[in-house]
Amino acid sequence: MSDPVVVLADSTLSDAATKFTNAFGAIAAFLAILLIIFFAAGRASGRIVKPLANVIFLGPAVVLLFVGLVVPAVRTAFLSFKNDDSTKAVGLKNYDWAFTTSAIQHVLLNTLLWIIIAPVLTTALGLGIALLVDRMKRQAVYKSLIFMPMAISFVGASIIWKFVYNSRDPSQPQIGLLSQIVISLGWKHPPNWILWQPFNTFLLMVILIWVQTGFAMVVLSAAIKAIPEEILEAARMDGATGAKQFFWVTVPMIRNTLIVVLTTVMITTLKIFDIIRTMTGGNFGTQVLANEMYSQAFEQYNIGRGSALAVILFLAVLPLVGYNIVQLRRERATR
Amino acid sequence: MTQSAESIEAGKTTAAPAEERPPAVKAVRKSFSSPTASILVIIVTVLWTVPTFGLLVTSLRPAKDVASSGWWSAFLHPSITFANYNSVLFESSFGATGGLMPYLVNSLAISIPGSFFPLVLAAMAAYALAWVRFKGSDVVFFTIFALQVVPLQMSLVPLLQLFSGGAHIGSVTLVPALNLGNTYFPLWIAHTMFALPLAIFLLHNFIAQLPRDVMEAAQVDGANHFKIFRSIVLPLATPALASFAIFQFLWVWNDLLVALTFAGGRPDVAPLTARLAQITGQLGSKWELLTAGAFISIVIPLCVFFALQRYFVRGLLAGSVKG
Repeated sequence: MSDPVVVLADSTLSDAATKFTNAFGAIAAFLAILLIIFFAAGRASGRIVKPLANVIFLGPAVVLLFVGLVVPAVRTAFLSFKNDDSTKAVGLKNYDWAFTTSAIQHVLLNTLLWIIIAPVLTTALGLGIALLVDRMKRQAVYKSLIFMPMAISFVGASIIWKFVYNSRDPSQPQIGLLSQIVISLGWKHPPNWILWQPFNTFLLMVILIWVQTGFAMVVLSAAIKAIPEEILEAARMDGATGAKQFFWVTVPMIRNTLIVVLTTVMITTLKIFDIIRTMTGGNFGTQVLANEMYSQAFEQYNIGRGSALAVILFLAVLPLVGYNIVQLRRERATR
Repeated sequence: MTQSAESIEAGKTTAAPAEERPPAVKAVRKSFSSPTASILVIIVTVLWTVPTFGLLVTSLRPAKDVASSGWWSAFLHPSITFANYNSVLFESSFGATGGLMPYLVNSLAISIPGSFFPLVLAAMAAYALAWVRFKGSDVVFFTIFALQVVPLQMSLVPLLQLFSGGAHIGSVTLVPALNLGNTYFPLWIAHTMFALPLAIFLLHNFIAQLPRDVMEAAQVDGANHFKIFRSIVLPLATPALASFAIFQFLWVWNDLLVALTFAGGRPDVAPLTARLAQITGQLGSKWELLTAGAFISIVIPLCVFFALQRYFVRGLLAGSVKG
């Protein structure tokens, strides 16, 4: 190793040491403070014991939630009615901008395409795989390999797929898998996938589907396994087999789970941001709501417009999350 | 969703005794398994695995091979090198400001406290809501749970303004400008705040079901709430704590939105995801470096995934509406 490299490695090492010291120091300080508070509060007696315990246990979380979620959410709603440096109120102008500017209309249309197509395909694929894998030996191996992308960040997944979609002049050897496959199938001049409007949006959806199908499969597979064998058998006695059994017995039995999976993937899809940012940066007609919100608020510093987009996102997510929460409450109540 | 996670557990227990079912049922089940189904599943599995595999192979090939032929031809002329990893991690060839090593360190330095803080605070809150209780604690619990409907995007702008400019009402300063720009604090705090609704909900479900007589016995022995929390609740709730910790670690590790907002791309604080998202555009053609960088960022989640799959699935399913 030459000297400069050693120096570089040394500085990297000391940099890492400082950072880890900071991180673990913060954890240690946090724990020390808690222990001191616990010790001091533990000596209290009489009527203040219970209120004191509530304040100490619950206080930090409530304060953080109030400062971090409640106040900012209200403030964002407030800022969405102001101009871009928040100096004067503009009424509904930002919302008007969002729904009438053609570029933003395109963004909303893209988002709509995403939340319709990607979750439906993800759920359908997950259901299909769950049904097929249900009767296989060693299904854990297949399931965990299909589920694996779920552990990868959308940024990592995007780089993986950017490489798959890599495209070169057809006279050169291809290094992207997709181009190579379609060329060997006889498509002489495939397009540059990422720039190929409007189909590039669908190619980006493939990434989301790739990541989320494992989730759909695992949840649906569990629901299918939970269908009592007697019901399936009775259905077969009555002559329901194959497709009939699938549509008239299996699907109705797992209906709730299907809807939960669908809405959950929809929520993820509505907030999709990392894929667009990494793959295209929102260019080439692929922009979606969450990324437009980020670039309005943090790159162009249009606080009013960014906030209005955040509110639109919130209103779009609200019924979906609301549905899931009600569903969850109901399920907890029946147990 | 949690009910899904629970139905998975339920699915496992109902699936387990399948071997003991009457032979007739087994025969019916078997008649449905066809070679076509198996082949389809194998095809899908291969399709799902190949992109990641291609990334790994590419990251191990010499630069000139990567530029001149597809990764699949590496099997005809195998030559393996770790040079890409070396240059990506330590050398300045990757972007303008040196290797990815500082960002890798940042990712760990953000993710570990970013999982630990919400874990402890949520366990405390869950214990109070389940066992200390007061008039209205159910309302507090449901309000916290319902906060999950607020997407991150709704908080980012005001929270960033709070961290950089403080909080004021008129000319009265409530919180001074904190000047935390080049520290991990904004990231830790933001991740803690955003994790709490889900964490409290999950841990409450578990902690509320701990046996009442154990708690009462401890109280009779004179233990106060703090002692009970430390020596009874935390040890007994370990499975739930582990599920949430793993989920949260991966969530923070894989996060881009919070990282970009509160850390930008600065080497002193930004994590791997932020840096990778930044340079994919700049380094379009250096695939051997980009793939190595991406693999570094996914290898830790993958290890966690394969080692702790059971906990991971439970936590992930429970948290899939988060954010």
